[in-house]
Amino acid sequence: MDILVCIKRVPDIAGSVTLDDTGTGIDDSGLGHTMSSHEECAVELAIGTASATGGTVTVLTVGPAEAVEQLRAAVAVGANDGILIETAEADAFAPEDIAQVIGDVVRDRAEAGQTFDLVLLGNDAADTGDFQVGIRLAYDLGYPVLSNIQSFTPGADGLEARGIGPAGTEVFSLDLPAVIAVQEGGVDPRYPSITGRMKAKKAPIVEYDAPEPGTGNPRIRLELPEVEQSSVTILGEGPEAAPALVDVLEEIGVIRP
Amino acid sequence: MTHVFVETDAGGQVTLTSAEAVTFARTVLPDAGSAASSETSGIEAVVVGALSDDAVAELGRLGVAAIHHLEHPDLEQYSAAAWAQAIVDIAPESGTLLASGTPRGMELMAHAAIRAGERMAANVVSADEDGLLRQVFGGTAFERLRLDGDLHVLTVAGHACTPEETTPTEPEIFSYDLDIAEEDLRTRVVRTEEEAADDTSGLTSARAVVGAGRGVGSENGFGEVLELVDHLGGALGVSRVVTGLGWRPHTEQVGQTGSRISPDVYIACGISGAIQHMAGVEAAKTLVAINTDEESTMVQRSDYAIIGDLHEVVGAVNEEIVRRRG
Repeated sequence: MDILVCIKRVPDIAGSVTLDDTGTGIDDSGLGHTMSSHEECAVELAIGTASATGGTVTVLTVGPAEAVEQLRAAVAVGANDGILIETAEADAFAPEDIAQVIGDVVRDRAEAGQTFDLVLLGNDAADTGDFQVGIRLAYDLGYPVLSNIQSFTPGADGLEARGIGPAGTEVFSLDLPAVIAVQEGGVDPRYPSITGRMKAKKAPIVEYDAPEPGTGNPRIRLELPEVEQSSVTILGEGPEAAPALVDVLEEIGVIRP
Repeated sequence: MTHVFVETDAGGQVTLTSAEAVTFARTVLPDAGSAASSETSGIEAVVVGALSDDAVAELGRLGVAAIHHLEHPDLEQYSAAAWAQAIVDIAPESGTLLASGTPRGMELMAHAAIRAGERMAANVVSADEDGLLRQVFGGTAFERLRLDGDLHVLTVAGHACTPEETTPTEPEIFSYDLDIAEEDLRTRVVRTEEEAADDTSGLTSARAVVGAGRGVGSENGFGEVLELVDHLGGALGVSRVVTGLGWRPHTEQVGQTGSRISPDVYIACGISGAIQHMAGVEAAKTLVAINTDEESTMVQRSDYAIIGDLHEVVGAVNEEIVRRRG
């Protein structure tokens, strides 16, 4: 089974952020970058499935030239090759634009003889959190799509996919080709090996230039939450402060009789 | 006109997040001038599948004027495409279509937006004449945007508002003769394994949650924390580091990619307060931190804190509770 995994370069945020000069993006100059956590699980699922079925894994991203780092990180854990759709202005694209751009490249690769049985994405990106690119891509390609999927196994004529629903684990039977949006939690992403890192440096990366966005991002600006002045009451230090905390818990009324 | 997709639980009750979404539609959206005035409500619920008397009464208390009940043998098992098409078929031509930002809500609103030829805004927290505001970067920042179509499709971030009852109404119930396309059933649930049910429900409904982070030290370091959970009749919630290390299952994870909780009290033990974690706990009514680092985000954002080793402090808290119980 040949699998395409769409990943996104996102800033690795631990604390608060600041905005850039335009006010429409964050200042990521001092931040590291990574791929979204759902996508790490999508890459892991792809590698496991490709290896079990004798297929390949291609990773794709839409982003700046530096996003090649995230493509190489996926190759380092077992992906075969990458596709970089380069744009310096990823923020200018609406989710529907990104889906369109990916859909066009998937069709172009098919003409070049590279087809995919399965397209994986994360449920949502860690930065924009739009929860829709995978679904829009599926409609663009005319493929069936599942979201919130944590694991899947190849069957006789498709996939059996599993996700957590409101009443338990929901099992779906899916014909290929298809799109799946992955939710983390079903698999543990592997770490790269030394040989994987070496291989990643020489990984074949096909490059495209992203076109101008079609509909454009409806974003007016970003806003930051107001910085709240800390109003913490320090109850004390060490075990001696325990009675003060038990007083608080009694006040709230959450200690079982 | 505003349509709210409403989820009900196994007992037929309206879920907390759906009650929040209805309240958001009634009390927040009118400020944005995109819905009818709150007096005449103009808020209509959309329910797929079983509709209990309890749910009808609850939706009436939440100020819903009408309930669109979508029932069909082909909709009994969940299929995002089929459910979304049914929702779009009865949606107003102009106005707002929204759901709570649950996995179901997100998926259905995305499908519905595509089928209606509209944009979709996820995790909206407020709305006014300046447009919508929604969470981005895991809650670290907000995006101000304006939807430009006739039908505004969005999801409401969990705990963006508190469910608020109003003068009860008797909602009018509408039923439909639905036509489900075979193609939309390609991705239908084939079975649900209830024995492996979503065991995050205890975490999201608990009045007291004890959080544990990297500070517990190891897989075997949860003894005191679990004893405190037991004393409080609460639930254990852990940081992403803890599940990442394989110490506890993902169902216990709290934060951006885990559960978002709103207990009466959240006691964070050995958790530094990474933004992704804070996104999941900020709706707690009272935040308590037990941490060695007074300058950590968790301590600074809490209402109460004890500075010290979590094993010693939590152990002493357990002893004190037992002592007072006599």
